[in-house]
Amino acid sequence: MGRHVVLVEDEPNIIEAIRFLLTREGWTVEAHSDGSDAVEVIKAANPDLVILDLMLPGKSGMEILKDLRDEECLRNLPVLMLTARGQARDREMAEKAGVSRFMTKPFSNTEVLAAVRDLHAQANQG
Amino acid sequence: MARDTLTGSRIRKRRLFLDLRQAALARQVDISASYLNLIEHNRRRIGGKLLVDIARALGVEPSMLTEGAEVALIATLREAAADAGKPVAELDHADEFAGRFPGWAEVLAGEHRRVASLERTVQVLSDRLTHDPHLAASLHEVLSTAASIRSTASILAETGELEPEWRDRFHRNLNEDSRRLAESSKSLVSFLDQSNTGSVRRGVPQEELEAFFTAHDYHFGSLEQGQASPEELVAASPELQSDAARSTALNALQQYRADAEKMPLAAIAQSLSGGFDPAKLATEFHSDLPQVLRRLAALPEAVLGQPCGLVICDASGAVLLRKPIAGFALPRFGAACPLWPLYTALARPLVPVRRQVIQHGRHAAGFECLAIAWPQTPPDFDRDPVYRAVMLILPLAAVPAEPLAVGSNCRVCAGRDCVARREPSILDEEF
Repeated sequence: MGRHVVLVEDEPNIIEAIRFLLTREGWTVEAHSDGSDAVEVIKAANPDLVILDLMLPGKSGMEILKDLRDEECLRNLPVLMLTARGQARDREMAEKAGVSRFMTKPFSNTEVLAAVRDLHAQANQG
Repeated sequence: MARDTLTGSRIRKRRLFLDLRQAALARQVDISASYLNLIEHNRRRIGGKLLVDIARALGVEPSMLTEGAEVALIATLREAAADAGKPVAELDHADEFAGRFPGWAEVLAGEHRRVASLERTVQVLSDRLTHDPHLAASLHEVLSTAASIRSTASILAETGELEPEWRDRFHRNLNEDSRRLAESSKSLVSFLDQSNTGSVRRGVPQEELEAFFTAHDYHFGSLEQGQASPEELVAASPELQSDAARSTALNALQQYRADAEKMPLAAIAQSLSGGFDPAKLATEFHSDLPQVLRRLAALPEAVLGQPCGLVICDASGAVLLRKPIAGFALPRFGAACPLWPLYTALARPLVPVRRQVIQHGRHAAGFECLAIAWPQTPPDFDRDPVYRAVMLILPLAAVPAEPLAVGSNCRVCAGRDCVARREPSILDEEF
């Protein structure tokens, strides 16, 4: 069974770039642009990893992350958070909310790929 | 050296004020004129009986000569030395410095105060960069576009064999994104450059006022219960630093108290339990609608049963008081959107205005705005009334079917073809 990632991001061209990169790495990428029902989408998809933008329409990435961590079955799901807000306070809040990795925009493709590989390997080891 | 090294300067100042010659004063206290001259130039210390005699001859209490306005100056000099961040060997000689070189001491103290004021302005600007939701959103857009460009460009540069379909798609994305980035970053830089001028400083008292109200969650229980006066609340507030902010806060609290006296908390809470109807409340409490709208915004959220925002403006449209509400952006600086029902009400004084609105943007939520303008002065045949307007902002459960689309400030408004637009938006290109 292939590796499955849910990408919650509202910038279509970022979705396209990440989809291209991860697809070539053997991932199935399911993109979603609206924050309001993102938790339900993730629950239904049961992915190996989530890539989550912080500022989303409907519901912020931080709220989505908190909701994910409230779900018993999603508590250990690797979540890579992408954000233009790289302030220490945002990073701290994300860490408190249970983010697995925090990455600020603009990021490099190499960083994203390395983070995805790393998080997936860690999850499989755990 | 003690603070009394300035005593000589005070003696001289007082003597000159009394138009008394040095020799005459010296004679009165039985010392030589040359010795008095040394005292007056702080070259000789003075105390005991001679101080008492000189004070009596000058018609003042001795303490008036040993302490004076210079205390504040010396304190500022010491503060400047402390803020320099390194030990100043001559710290104990601050009073002597102030006594011997009062002009230079004033210059140094003045510069220290100026530095403190500039530091504060920097703090306000960085706070604004951190907390201004529109600025944050704009920066987020710029960085997201940059992220997209970086990622797409990397794919094009680093992927050896790229299918023509993908390559064309990425080229197209790159072209779109780079155009958006160029325009938006140019507008953003221009916006920041222009913000870093007088308007920020003018905004400082308003910022202090908002910080003061925010610290109290826009509700002053002790004022309503008669446990504190507006003056006491203002005096005790660390948020109100400037005279302008204190004066504005005092006026706002006096109006708050008058509103609360008309509509006590327990009584209005009971009335609200029967439903939300501002017009009915006005009748029930023999109040006018502006009072009711202001009062509703001052109630704890648990009493009102929902969050609410409030804006009060004067006849020029300048915002005097703002209570923010999530989803409805109120500009921190500069003029607000002319389409707000607040301004519709200002153009039609005493006529209540109710509008269901949304703000332009990607995360539009619906709000009901209730507004009315009222004259600040009693009717007078010989004087034109001056109006103020108030607008209560209440969230709607869903976006209304036919809302009035408004903005917050033209610069950060995404609305297109707006007849009320004053200047271009930094959110062009669909931002």
